[in-house]
Amino acid sequence: MTEMTTSTTPMAAGEPLVRVKGLKKHFPIHGGLLRRQVATVYAVDGVDFDVQPGEIFSLVGESGCGKTTLGRSLLRLVEPTAGTVTFRGRDVTGLPAGELRALRRKMQIIFQDPFGSLNPRMPISDIIGEGLLAQGLTDRKTRDSKVEDALETVGLRREYTRRYPHEFSGGQRQRIGIARALALEPEFVVCDEPVSALDVSIQSQVLNLLLDLRRDFNLTYLFISHNLSVVQYFSDRVGVMYLGRIVELGTVAELYRNARHPYTIALLSAIPEPDPRRRKKRLVLTGDVPSPVAPPPGCRFNTRCWLREKLGNPERCVTEEPELRVLQSGHQVACHFAEDVTSAAVVAVAASQPAIAPAASEPA
Amino acid sequence: MTETISATPPLGAPPDRDTLLEVRDLRTYFRVLDGTVPAVDGVSFSVGRGKTIGIVGESGSGKSVTALTIMRLLDIPPAEIGAESEVWFDGREILRIPLNVMRKVRGKDMAMIFQEPLTSLNPVFTIGEQIAEQVRLHLKTSGREATDRSIEALRLVGIPSPESRIKQFPHEMSGGMRQRVMIAMALSCEPKLIIADEPTTALDVTIQAQILELLKAIQQRTGSALMLITHDLGVVAEMVDHVVVMYAGQVVEQGTVEEVLLDPRAPYTMGLLESIPSVEKRGGRLSVIKGVVPSPFNLPPACRFEPRCPYAWDLCHEEAPPLSRVGSADRLARCHLHTSAGDSRRGAALQQHIDAMRVGGTIRDAPA
Repeated sequence: MTEMTTSTTPMAAGEPLVRVKGLKKHFPIHGGLLRRQVATVYAVDGVDFDVQPGEIFSLVGESGCGKTTLGRSLLRLVEPTAGTVTFRGRDVTGLPAGELRALRRKMQIIFQDPFGSLNPRMPISDIIGEGLLAQGLTDRKTRDSKVEDALETVGLRREYTRRYPHEFSGGQRQRIGIARALALEPEFVVCDEPVSALDVSIQSQVLNLLLDLRRDFNLTYLFISHNLSVVQYFSDRVGVMYLGRIVELGTVAELYRNARHPYTIALLSAIPEPDPRRRKKRLVLTGDVPSPVAPPPGCRFNTRCWLREKLGNPERCVTEEPELRVLQSGHQVACHFAEDVTSAAVVAVAASQPAIAPAASEPA
Repeated sequence: MTETISATPPLGAPPDRDTLLEVRDLRTYFRVLDGTVPAVDGVSFSVGRGKTIGIVGESGSGKSVTALTIMRLLDIPPAEIGAESEVWFDGREILRIPLNVMRKVRGKDMAMIFQEPLTSLNPVFTIGEQIAEQVRLHLKTSGREATDRSIEALRLVGIPSPESRIKQFPHEMSGGMRQRVMIAMALSCEPKLIIADEPTTALDVTIQAQILELLKAIQQRTGSALMLITHDLGVVAEMVDHVVVMYAGQVVEQGTVEEVLLDPRAPYTMGLLESIPSVEKRGGRLSVIKGVVPSPFNLPPACRFEPRCPYAWDLCHEEAPPLSRVGSADRLARCHLHTSAGDSRRGAALQQHIDAMRVGGTIRDAPA
């Protein structure tokens, strides 16, 4: 992988590499005798953001917040229900199959599960070579040499092409998944929880590799993770997702030092730090994430919001859905009362929480 | 499950009364087709009454097998327990007592919380039935009393309207709720020791925070001791008094949580702490522990960490390091750096760790 094709159309300065506007993905639930649609899962429900060339943009959130579905709908691995995704100014969502295939070469994905995402019956040469073949590289020899180059790039031996996935450890498999994405020489890579399944000591090897590859091949990453420490170390800008929407978006410095959405603050407060001197009184959210089949009316976070409770449960939170707005500090937040968030308020709320808070009831 | 520890050597003296659990030279082997796997290889530690201990290690370090051996939950064979191993719990040796006696200890005085609450609960019984069964068996109460106790246990772990909840099945609850049920079940007989094996690993971070706070509060209220098994050094820092770090079936470091996390002495612990991403390391490369955990079939001949160790020298390849004292009596590390042979290298190694914690690492990433 020595020659990188740079024959792509030059972009105007400041133009984002990827622009997502009003993106929605709804999954129908069918039921009853006639298999009629009885409900809808609002997995991604109106998301806007830009990814600048060369940056690492992260999406964080808990399970079920829609971050994986969002990553997949960018590549049209799932068809978006509404909204547009533009890549270098071209609308990906409207492309016919043939053109989409050409574009997929530039947009790749690394999957979370290093065990489930590699076909156990295929040798490594076919796993990595499949994408190249789909892109029209029919000559076996060239393909194999490209596969070997890709393996070398991710720190594996060239001879490994004849081996099968079961012969590799978790960390090595994740390297194979990365090699598969890189063999096509993409510009934009969606990394969907690439290190979550790995042990800590292996996790740092893979993170270093991703950073090296970005530097060497001018890559842009959309990094999807639930691990806030990894995101803080790894990314330039972060979007926090809750129930299918982005609730806060900003640079790592802004978000981690000056978070303004009550959900982001609770997430940050929940991270256990490996330093016993920093044992702290946590701000613990009650209850679970509501079901994306029936998101709460108004602000989606209102059922668990500590700030709303502190402010005496204002009506606006249940009647009006807050839009992302730009704060003075420059970052965006979707909360009507973001200005009322102060560090003193956070400390006061954390201190007043009972040790054994009843878990909020969930729909039975 | 027949087990006899043949040719039993005479037991050692029981530990003092403040010690609830004392594990001495625990060895658990698995006999398989390809040979014998030493999953736990000479592990010793103790837990005081009401104290919290953390057992830390990556996959394959032997931490879960240690817990299962203590609980006597392993099938023997294929597992085998070393003849010299002893586990003292609440004043008696429990590896040698008959299984029917052990059953009265397990679940009553010693309870376990597992990692995956969905697979640990029986899907065809309501959660009320599952908690009540345990109470009836151990406390010999009537059905009515057992139900009342189950409701009380569910209330204690913060489950709202427990009277109706006991009629629900596990699949009707969320992951966080199920883990609360597991904890309620473990607590129902007021155990002296709770063993929690990765209790929050399968949960989201906000739910993890709920469960950790709950465990802390319950421990304060009931005075139970807690043995927390985890790979997450963040969870350890929040929760425990004393830490045991395991690698490839052995204890490599022991001490208070402050000692182990702020002043680690075993190169493995040092490497683990260095490899955790943090804001201080932004912009720099993360330190990595090169290579992978060795296969238990093919352990390195001397020090098991030697092939991955940035400080190793000839001796580490020739002679296994002892677990040596590096401070007070229970501050231990397994490394030649802390024997007289390592005198000339110790200072530089510790300094290298301090530097690596401050900025991104210096140890190069070796190809796997």
